[in-house]
Amino acid sequence: MTEKPKLGVYICHCGINIAATVDVEAVTEYAQALPNVVIARNYSYMCSDPGQLLIKNDIKEKGLNRVVVASCSPRMHEPTFRKALQEAGLNPYYLEMANIREQCSWVHEDREAATAKAKKLVAAAVAKVRLLEPLTSREVDAEPAALVIGAGIAGIQAALDIADAGFKVYLVEKSPSVGGRMAQLDKTFPTLDCSACILTPKMVDAASHPNIELLAYSEVEEVGGFIGNFEVKVRKKARYVDVSKCTGCGDCAKECRLAGRFPNEFDEGLGKRGAIYLPFPQAVPAKYTIDPEKCLFLTRGKCGKGPKCVDACRAGAIDFEQKDEIVSFKVGAILVATGFDVFDPVRKPEYGYAGYPNVITGLEMERLVSASGPTGGNIVIHNGEEEIVPKDIAFIQCVGSRDQSVGNEYCSRVCCMYTAKQAHLVKDKIPDARVRVYYMDVRAFGKGFEEFYDRVRREGIRYVRGNPSEIFKRGNKLVIKVEDTLTATPLEDEVDMVVLAVGLEPRGDARKIIELLRLSQSPDRFFLEAHPKLRPVDTATDGVYLAGCCQGPKDIPDTVAQAKGAAASALIPLARGKVAIDAQVAEVNEATCRGCGFCVSICPYSAIELVTVNRMGHMVEVARVNEALCKGCGSCSAGCLSNSIQPKSFRDRQILPQIAALGGTR
Amino acid sequence: MSEQFEPNIVAFLCNWCSYAGADLAGTSRVQYPANIKIIRVMCSGRVNPLFVVNALQQGADGVLISGCHPGDCHYMEGNFYARRRLKLLKELLEFIGVDPRRFNMSWVSASEGHKWKEVVEKAVEDARAAGPFDQFRRRQIGW
Repeated sequence: MTEKPKLGVYICHCGINIAATVDVEAVTEYAQALPNVVIARNYSYMCSDPGQLLIKNDIKEKGLNRVVVASCSPRMHEPTFRKALQEAGLNPYYLEMANIREQCSWVHEDREAATAKAKKLVAAAVAKVRLLEPLTSREVDAEPAALVIGAGIAGIQAALDIADAGFKVYLVEKSPSVGGRMAQLDKTFPTLDCSACILTPKMVDAASHPNIELLAYSEVEEVGGFIGNFEVKVRKKARYVDVSKCTGCGDCAKECRLAGRFPNEFDEGLGKRGAIYLPFPQAVPAKYTIDPEKCLFLTRGKCGKGPKCVDACRAGAIDFEQKDEIVSFKVGAILVATGFDVFDPVRKPEYGYAGYPNVITGLEMERLVSASGPTGGNIVIHNGEEEIVPKDIAFIQCVGSRDQSVGNEYCSRVCCMYTAKQAHLVKDKIPDARVRVYYMDVRAFGKGFEEFYDRVRREGIRYVRGNPSEIFKRGNKLVIKVEDTLTATPLEDEVDMVVLAVGLEPRGDARKIIELLRLSQSPDRFFLEAHPKLRPVDTATDGVYLAGCCQGPKDIPDTVAQAKGAAASALIPLARGKVAIDAQVAEVNEATCRGCGFCVSICPYSAIELVTVNRMGHMVEVARVNEALCKGCGSCSAGCLSNSIQPKSFRDRQILPQIAALGGTR
Repeated sequence: MSEQFEPNIVAFLCNWCSYAGADLAGTSRVQYPANIKIIRVMCSGRVNPLFVVNALQQGADGVLISGCHPGDCHYMEGNFYARRRLKLLKELLEFIGVDPRRFNMSWVSASEGHKWKEVVEKAVEDARAAGPFDQFRRRQIGW
């Protein structure tokens, strides 16, 4: 590098966020004395327009060719300052940031220690910036297609938006039908419109949209590549039914020798199905599926004198020879909408869910009140002795939410309102029923929620503030032990039926998605967004977006809003048709590389290959980096035996001076 | 006030998990000792074991390396390489007579601001117990 480094160091007060703990004047004075520093300044807000102008003017007037900004985390404002450098005609990669806010002023109280640390961090940045190299970011074409994982309301909405914008969408759903949790619901709060009535048209739209390829009963197996160029492999599980022939008539299911023998997942086990089944009447696609774990022919190779479904099917659609199929395709963006599981109340044994058939979950209640449910919408329940129409019904809120004993500190956000709605539906169907709701706090925060809560109380539903401690059986009644905490009265309430307002939890198989897409989890175990406020649909993996309850509990309007937001984000690379490739990739010094190939075996992206070059008349093998594939992690570099492969901006010779500055004098 | 030895600790944090976790500790105003100074690398797999030795040579009393939890690496496998290399390094350091308490490794995710505090406190306590380090300080290296 021929030109002499001329540094500008800019120390930010961040109002008082930094200045209150770090003596910015002292740091400025210290920085001014560091080698190659032409100018050191401090300013109240470096990221503001006047702050950036300060840098730009100095670059132009003082001929600076390197800039250090000591302020917040580079994860926050590195792009801002890079842009400022670029606007002043300097290569944007001639910037180094010292994190003196998140990792200094905010985490230390001792002003002296924090100032001393800030000086060291600035010294390390100064040491590194002198040795940085100019880089240029490049662009590659983005595949004009998207993958949406999960076809509940979030996935369906996002897929429809992306498809309507004119791009191909692969919509992958693990279960036999699209629809997700919303399809299981009866009415939706607070408007009481029928869930299926508003959802099914969208399900049909998604399946019939010319730009959407629906892969139901399929799971994503492998994801490679990066934003703009993901390579995806999906396993289409064998249905043992030829979907091109199946008419959905249902003759097969009626004839199945095991008809009505297994709990139907869609009805939360309240209804029954056979080995060949359609999860629910409005299922999309309306194609039957054979359960390979239940079917006699598939498990034992024998079904009476021959499978009855085969005889029953006039279309000849049953195909026991069918195999799983792997489908591969490329997409530019991936949207994750994998939804939630409900809390399993077996983990709260005091409520007796495992033992009492008349203690049910909120989701089971949805199926029980649904006209398409196993009872045709009549609330009848077995109390252990007989089928009854319950007259005394209690709801218990916050089961598995706001409860540290089960590891769920968060509020599930929907249970207060779905309980209010179900209480209303009970009153609607059994007008003389006595309905009580045991609650900790009622959170009616959404549009129309408080009004709805008031309405159900006017309908005669009694809210009792108290968290029940136990449910036990007395005769053919259930007894709830609870303290009314508003009057400090211990109560015993005899009821016919208890509905547990179970909370929302991350999917049991969320781990698979995490490993597939390199996602992170927040402390509540839901998927972590890139920023809690400003990037709520992005993830740390570029090109992967989140929608719906996989990111955290939400109601339907919030889910749809987030799905539309995620779709808009996913459309950015697709609509532009290009994505920027990080310039901070690895580079090989071909003069010293000895071609051992160790880096080739380390690289997780297969971005390095051995090529033969002519080195002073000798043909030798050396490593070469494919910059489009390299992600700049630097694992190759730490493994290289001759220090010949180095990630740009994180070279040994750029990091070692940082170490020297931080080690330095004590 | 009793004179307590304040060790100087250099930390290498991966950009995606631990550096973000340390940022979250800041955003959440979690307080921890100022002895730790962080160098950001893209992946814990980037940390050449020689960086650790170099930091000790340059006057650090302890070194901490932190990455994504095993299986959660942003670059798929980088932290596995880091774990393997640095485990060997730790044994080697111990073999040549360096107090193993000077070298800590941890897995801190982007959502574990509080865990970061615990990790730092442990590293500082360990290095403090090990005392000032000067076994490598016979010659100064200039870069």
